[in-house]
Amino acid sequence: MTGQKHVIVAGGGVAGMEAAGALAELGFEVSLIEKEQKPGGHLLQWYALFPDHRPADEVRHYLRKRIHNEKITLVTGAEVQKIRHHGQEVVVTFADGTSLNGDAAIIATGFELFDAHRKEEYGYGIYDNVITSAELEDMFTAGKVVTDDGRMPARVGLIHCVGSRDEKVNNHYCSKVCCVTAVKQAIEIRKKYPETEVFCFYMDMRMYGPYYEELYREAQEVHNVNFIRGKVSEASVNISNRLVIKVEDTLAGRPLKMELDILVLMVGMEMSRSGARLAEASGLRTGINRFYETRDHHFGNNLSEIRGVFYAGTCTAPMNITDTISHARAAVAETVRYLNRR
Amino acid sequence: MNGAAVNKFGFTINRSRTINYDTSDRKVREYITLREPSFKLCFACGGCSAACTAGQFAPMNLRKINTMIRRGEIESLREEVTRCMLCGKCLLVCPRGVNTRNVVSLAAEAIRKLDRNEL
Repeated sequence: MTGQKHVIVAGGGVAGMEAAGALAELGFEVSLIEKEQKPGGHLLQWYALFPDHRPADEVRHYLRKRIHNEKITLVTGAEVQKIRHHGQEVVVTFADGTSLNGDAAIIATGFELFDAHRKEEYGYGIYDNVITSAELEDMFTAGKVVTDDGRMPARVGLIHCVGSRDEKVNNHYCSKVCCVTAVKQAIEIRKKYPETEVFCFYMDMRMYGPYYEELYREAQEVHNVNFIRGKVSEASVNISNRLVIKVEDTLAGRPLKMELDILVLMVGMEMSRSGARLAEASGLRTGINRFYETRDHHFGNNLSEIRGVFYAGTCTAPMNITDTISHARAAVAETVRYLNRR
Repeated sequence: MNGAAVNKFGFTINRSRTINYDTSDRKVREYITLREPSFKLCFACGGCSAACTAGQFAPMNLRKINTMIRRGEIESLREEVTRCMLCGKCLLVCPRGVNTRNVVSLAAEAIRKLDRNEL
């Protein structure tokens, strides 16, 4: 029924892998293009997932199985530079000048984590014990959360909204997943080291997904995680080489300072640079948040302006894994509809 | 009954703590909003008040000032706004790009005008 129709998927993260797997299952030939040496995207770096602490490995395993299909040709170490519609086909061009023709294409170029160096006041790259949420996942994977000189931390602080909801770095939007990631990571630290005090510094707690609010409650009720409402204004180091943060405890209405052993910056999501280059070269619209602008926020959020080219996942907006997989499946449905009508 | 007599027995009526939004005066808010529209953008994160040099030692809290002005509660602010040293650290922190320093200046100015019946 589908003949030998061929769909090109640009990006081999969660969205790309799910889209490729779903297309192959429906009988399409798929070329899955990944710029890194192996598929998996940011999920490769994660230890456990919210809201149920499921090992990230389980989802990685699912996705690897998903693309283990003779109809899928995986191409790694290749970056899609340009996509255009030509005749009845879609033409994808690579950096080395070669190109690939397909009947349709799905863009799944994903996101990049905010570069924490850009919030200089938090001292990332300056102070030893200021790390990002992604680096904390590395520590969980390694099995120990310790300071730079190998000590167990007596106190850990997590700052929400680093690089999100912040005009100073030109990111007005909320990255959605950082609040619940902070709650998840706070619980993991408390479980690992019951003696360690953990503090989350938030502006608003955005527990938007199923079981997120329950996880937040569990953090308070079972794990005694402390939540302080206020945006941290700066971090410094005192004479005993301990981090000191300044914040307003907005609910108490007074400035607060606190010594910490490890400061975790909950970095947000930004449009990937490769996605931005592809948008520019292909004449695809991006929004004020710099992610791909879809044709309609309600009814066409997998559609691009190029015929036969669709969007999947976090290249359109920050998203969790559940929504990314759903969005990828929706992109496949749009692609099939397009190919059947053509 | 005579009010003075009641006082002798320790019965007084406390001033209401309620923010009465129907009677509060929001002229100061209008004055500031017109001249510094970024005032509207505050989402009360407290970054300004954490960075505030004056606020470390004196009752001066820009986040609270913003809220009180919006609610039309300016009585408590008269002294508070005068404590600002206009150093501008709050400006560097604000994630919403509010021109915080100008907000304080305008608040002080509006209160002066209000007292002279010029508002």
